[in-house]
Amino acid sequence: MNKIVRKQQLTPETALFEVEAPRIAKRWKPGQFIIVRPNDSSERIPLTLVDGNKERGTITIVVQRIGKTSSVVVATPAEGAFHDVVGPLGEPAHITKVGRVTLLAGGVGVAEVLPVAKAFKEAGNYTVVLAGARTDSLRILREELIAVADEVIWATDDGSFGFSGNVVQLLLETVKSTGIKPDLSHVIGPIPMMRAAAKATMELGIKTYASVNPVMIDGTGMCGGCRVTVGGKVRFACVEGPEFDAHEVDFDELSRRTKAYRKQEVQAYESHKCTLGLQPA
Amino acid sequence: MPAIKRNPKAPRQMPPEVAPEVRVQGAVEVAGGFTDDQARVESLRCLDCKDPKCVEACPLHIDIKSFILNLAQGDVEGAFNKISERSPFPGICGRVCQHELFCENACLLGKKLDPVAIGSLERFCSDHHRQFNGKAPVVKANPTGPKIAMVGSGPASLMASFVLAQRNYRVTVFEALHRLGGVLIYGVPPFRLPREILNTEIARLESMGVKFETDVIVGNSVSLEELFNEEGFEAVFLGTGAGLPFMLNVPGENLIGVYTANEYLTRINLMHANEFPSEDTPVNIGKCTVVIGGGNSAMDAARWSKRLGADTTILFRRGRAELRARAEEIEHAEQEGIKFEFLGAPVALYGDENGWLNEMECIRMKLGEPDSSGRPSPVPIEGSNYRIPVDTVIAAVGQAPNPTLQRTTPQLITNRGKIVVDVNRQTNMNNVFAGGDVVRGGSTVILAMSDGLAAADAIDKALKSQKEEAVGAQA
Ligand SMILES: Cc1cc2nc3c(=O)[nH]c(=O)nc-3n(C[C@H](O)[C@H](O)[C@H](O)COP(=O)(O)OP(=O)(O)OC[C@H]3O[C@@H](n4cnc5c(N)ncnc54)[C@H](O)[C@@H]3O)c2cc1C
Ligand SMILES: Cc1cc2nc3c(=O)[nH]c(=O)nc-3n(C[C@H](O)[C@H](O)[C@H](O)COP(=O)(O)OP(=O)(O)OC[C@H]3O[C@@H](n4cnc5c(N)ncnc54)[C@H](O)[C@@H]3O)c2cc1C
Ligand code: SF4
Ligand code: SF4
Ligand code: FES
Repeated sequence: MNKIVRKQQLTPETALFEVEAPRIAKRWKPGQFIIVRPNDSSERIPLTLVDGNKERGTITIVVQRIGKTSSVVVATPAEGAFHDVVGPLGEPAHITKVGRVTLLAGGVGVAEVLPVAKAFKEAGNYTVVLAGARTDSLRILREELIAVADEVIWATDDGSFGFSGNVVQLLLETVKSTGIKPDLSHVIGPIPMMRAAAKATMELGIKTYASVNPVMIDGTGMCGGCRVTVGGKVRFACVEGPEFDAHEVDFDELSRRTKAYRKQEVQAYESHKCTLGLQPA
Repeated sequence: MPAIKRNPKAPRQMPPEVAPEVRVQGAVEVAGGFTDDQARVESLRCLDCKDPKCVEACPLHIDIKSFILNLAQGDVEGAFNKISERSPFPGICGRVCQHELFCENACLLGKKLDPVAIGSLERFCSDHHRQFNGKAPVVKANPTGPKIAMVGSGPASLMASFVLAQRNYRVTVFEALHRLGGVLIYGVPPFRLPREILNTEIARLESMGVKFETDVIVGNSVSLEELFNEEGFEAVFLGTGAGLPFMLNVPGENLIGVYTANEYLTRINLMHANEFPSEDTPVNIGKCTVVIGGGNSAMDAARWSKRLGADTTILFRRGRAELRARAEEIEHAEQEGIKFEFLGAPVALYGDENGWLNEMECIRMKLGEPDSSGRPSPVPIEGSNYRIPVDTVIAAVGQAPNPTLQRTTPQLITNRGKIVVDVNRQTNMNNVFAGGDVVRGGSTVILAMSDGLAAADAIDKALKSQKEEAVGAQA
């Protein structure tokens, strides 16, 4: 059992949790993740480490509700606890000093990019975060982003704040208008966005890392469920990733594989909503 | 003491089994235990050998001859206590130990007649004891000594914990997963090893003072150095197993519907996907499943697949004689209607436009010269390719050591992922020992346990001699 010490609802769908996990807090590095089972019949779901505090012995995660288990996590009360928390998992992000680093983040990826952006800045890079949200009211962690990056530029799908469009369009636009090309880029978010970012940065000739999100179970390299094809080779994202060269990831396959349980996911979510007394969608 | 009337010529007793058509409906344990009468008849078959080869052949050297004598005298509790001197896990071993390779293979009676059913008798004692006094310590312990860490909670670590707790060490077991038992919990299905048995026998260690911490990946969550320098452990045993599954290495292996046996079994055994949606983790069960391989994992995956309603075939590239699973499991699989296709191997997998597996291409094999495993090698027959419709393929083609600890502990010497140890089961790192599948590659429960036993002995000796040296140096 891992006790929650702080919960902050960021949007109706997204919540931040600070959780007791002293071992993880001590050893985590940006880019790594944990696996959480909110209760004893839950799935094991991977969540990125957004922060960790050695002294307090706590870690921070930000979770977006998209299916049953993430809903159970988001609904866990501030005085509650998670049944299981294990980590840190995966390889840390590739942090090097290259000059100018642009980080593209969409949706809950905005939270996941925080520690990576911070680490790049601390390594002496000029960091620009291109952060995306569907609409103005869903922009999360605005102050936190400003604190860890040299520049933060927002894009909203509906144009209600900042650039109108997605972060990949924003990247193309900024490169075109300023004539400045980043030395390195990092992308985290929904698969379509990462695929588009990979394509754009490939064309621009910018080395890019993507943090991929396949379905996982154990997170220790024991099942192979998380396999992704990178540069024609099968890799286990939970131990060799989650970060890979974006230009080598087979995003089409990744996207298909994440839909393997679509039918069951809908079934689980609908019956979960019924037990919560919510309207089935 | 009542007179014993031995009768070695009585037929070897067969434990009752649930009928195949009934057991494939669920997760009920397939093999029942001996009745009191059967246990008595079977125990009276033992010749009470002067030089009992069975004891020597059991990797734990359980005093088989004596416990069977207790049984013959009607003293079941005495028999149980005899076993407990060497092992607190008779319920586990009585069910999953490959006794046909060990004790029963050596049994003198087996030279002329069928060997004594030692495994079933061992199970009988444990079942009898569990009804009355399950979780109580089978051996007293007073854990006040130096702290020892176990990495992994599989059979190797469990046995090492027992031996060290018995010698009053303070033992903590760290397990990466959220449940204890290693392969016994995520790999071996409950219809072979009911979880109640596993949990009761692990609880015996708890009542001896062994501590368990789940959700800790040594190497990731805490380093070996930290265990020694900050948490005060004086020795560490690495029993991290061989869980990293080999892939098929054929085109199409990332199609949806292609599982490793580990993933398939983990989803069901550990995460209870067979109870979806009341349990949250799903698994895809198609109409037509092909399991590739011939070992225990292949049998277990195929038998679950059948239970979940799929038409199931085991495809093996050699012949029946080369299957590696326990004999009993192969027979049970056959009874349950699982088809076996020998001398065939996959060459490619095909799917639809959404990436779902729908067809498989295979090639026929013939047996050639023996290979490094001593078995005839499979040789593909040119031009014999054929295709079959299939929606689930489960690859049970072997595994390599779990990668996490080795990745984070580069100073540990390994050979193709396997941790290298000396005769004392010590690694190249000071006071770090290892055993079980992480050293052997895939092996068996009982060999993993015997490694745990040997390593525990070595740890005990090493710490005692280090202490003497320290005392000597002070004097
Ligand atoms: C390395 C990594 C880091 C992640 N970090 C975060 C994070 O910081 N915050 C956050 O909100 N989300 C994160 N995710 C995604 C998160 O794990 C999924 O949203 C969650 O598993 C969905 O589960 P569900 O039951 O709510 O949804 P479901 O209805 O089960 O699934 C919805 C979708 O989520 C994905 N998914 C389902 N089960 C799993 C699983 N066991 N593992 C991975 N993906 C799955 C699939 O793509 C599926 O289509 C991360 C994923 C990975 C792989
Ligand atoms: C499906 C299947 C069925 C089998 N059936 C039989 C059978 O019937 N009879 C038989 O004799 N043998 C059988 N075997 C083989 C037998 O299970 C193994 O040989 C035995 O379990 C090995 O024991 P172990 O203790 O070395 O490791 P394991 O049982 O593999 O346990 C290792 C444990 O360590 C944990 N771990 C790994 N890395 C870390 C880390 N860094 N930190 C913390 N924990 C970690 C793992 O999560 C795991 O729980 C079977 C194997 C499989 C896969
Ligand atoms: S542990 Fe295995 S080898 Fe030893 S007596 Fe029991 S069944 Fe036989
Ligand atoms: S070898 Fe067989 S017959 Fe002899 S003591 Fe052992 S079990 Fe009995
Ligand atoms: S999640 Fe099982 S191997 Fe990566």
